[in-house]
Amino acid sequence: MIEEIGTTEQGDLVINIGPQHPSTHGVLHLVITLNGETIKKVEPHLGYIHRSIEKMCESLSYRQFIYVTSRMDYLSSHINNHGCALCVEKGMQIEVPARAKVIRVLMDELTRLASHQLWWGAMAMDVGALTPFFHAFREREAINDIMEETCGARLTMNYMVPGGVMADIHPNFQKQVKEFIRFFLTKIDEYDELVTGNIIFKSRMQGVGYLSPEDAVSYGCTGPTARGSGVSCDIRKLYPYEVYGQVNFEEVTAVGGDCFARYQVRMQEMRQSLSIIEQLIDNIPEGEFLAKTKAVLKLPKGEFYSRVETARGEFGVYVISEGGTTPYRIKFRSPGFSNLSALDHMARGYKIGDLVAIMGTLDLVIPDIDR
Amino acid sequence: MNKEEFKARLEELIPSPAFEEGAEWTTVVVDPAGWEAFAGELRSAAGLDFDYLFCVTAVDWKTYFTMVYHLTSTIHRHMLVVKVRLDHDHPVVRTVSDIWRTAEFHEREAYDLFGVVFKGHPDLRRLFMTDEWKGWPLRKDYEDPVNMIKL
Repeated sequence: MIEEIGTTEQGDLVINIGPQHPSTHGVLHLVITLNGETIKKVEPHLGYIHRSIEKMCESLSYRQFIYVTSRMDYLSSHINNHGCALCVEKGMQIEVPARAKVIRVLMDELTRLASHQLWWGAMAMDVGALTPFFHAFREREAINDIMEETCGARLTMNYMVPGGVMADIHPNFQKQVKEFIRFFLTKIDEYDELVTGNIIFKSRMQGVGYLSPEDAVSYGCTGPTARGSGVSCDIRKLYPYEVYGQVNFEEVTAVGGDCFARYQVRMQEMRQSLSIIEQLIDNIPEGEFLAKTKAVLKLPKGEFYSRVETARGEFGVYVISEGGTTPYRIKFRSPGFSNLSALDHMARGYKIGDLVAIMGTLDLVIPDIDR
Repeated sequence: MNKEEFKARLEELIPSPAFEEGAEWTTVVVDPAGWEAFAGELRSAAGLDFDYLFCVTAVDWKTYFTMVYHLTSTIHRHMLVVKVRLDHDHPVVRTVSDIWRTAEFHEREAYDLFGVVFKGHPDLRRLFMTDEWKGWPLRKDYEDPVNMIKL
């Protein structure tokens, strides 16, 4: 898009950010129209990491396609796998064993924690604070080690399969998780001391990137992005799946609608995730971890839709089956895609320096948007 | 509102709706002309208030296309799936980006991958593919000997 750089007839400056820029967290390319330092328009150019996963899935079986979905939102890979497994289970009417349900929720919440930790470090780095990044990665490492023991992977887990989970948890799992909770509960207070109350950080975040509740709904924003505007949209609360209906946790919302509100929502969500894990870690029922299923899965003719809450918002899997072993059409409704569509609206009128803060609080993962 | 009342309320709004049975959520099939007439009213109709369009996609059925809109209301929490049947040679449908802003990106995606044209869309260009790309990748008859590996 080199021809787009330059000056418009009105004297506005057109510049590019990305696709290779540290603050876009991946290959996102923005073409920005500026009047002085003020943003007049932000136009995202997508597709740098488009792999056409939906097309790929049309030739993969119902067991195989789940592995590809780890490569979309790689920071919520467990939850992506979970959504797909739920969709297949809905179609096949597979009853998941109680043990697997609890393990799945534990894994989901650990993933959410790890994702929010990474976001917190990267967010602070975006606005100029480098230290939090190292703190966040140190704590995230502990979660990755727990994952590695049980799933054998640190990023693309592929642990949840139709009918339950692929393998039982590692004998050390409960001990390690409890140790992690004890360790992280002190660290999360440190996070607040280090960044949340910091006056420079606050002045970069407060009153920046305002999104009204009506616009959040209209743009299809979900997750902490919408909850920062006071919209209640947590799928775990609204349409509970697995054991989310039986654990005590609060849906965190804030009313500010600005960057700081979205920041606070994610910080509180980490505490809620810790609370969910604490409630479940000693109550993993004994029994099977994987339901007995046929070797070849065939979904009946029809349409199936499942919704789960990833670290970024609502993730939807829409499968259309013709009765065969592969889906006829599959659509992934990714949270990042809809959240990004609000970026132009949120950034207009603010300064170019604020754009990085706004993008940071959207918590974009580009492979999730491009798919 | 129970399911029967919900359907009755929809029947008031939609001229001769064709409900699809057996689906998880209430599903209604309409033609593009019908969709043009009542899409705007779903957003604001009293008792319905479908303010949140959470999924928009197209499906290629080889002889025709369907546009699938998944709607819900953040007030009443009820669901509606609208399917619009489009001609395979000239898939044209009204844009809903003026009603639900999220559709602007989703419709660009459907245009990019299926070649569905949205009347009145403010910025209908390719989204993922390059501007010079030929063909519509998610169509069933799409062939690409270079980039596609068949299993």
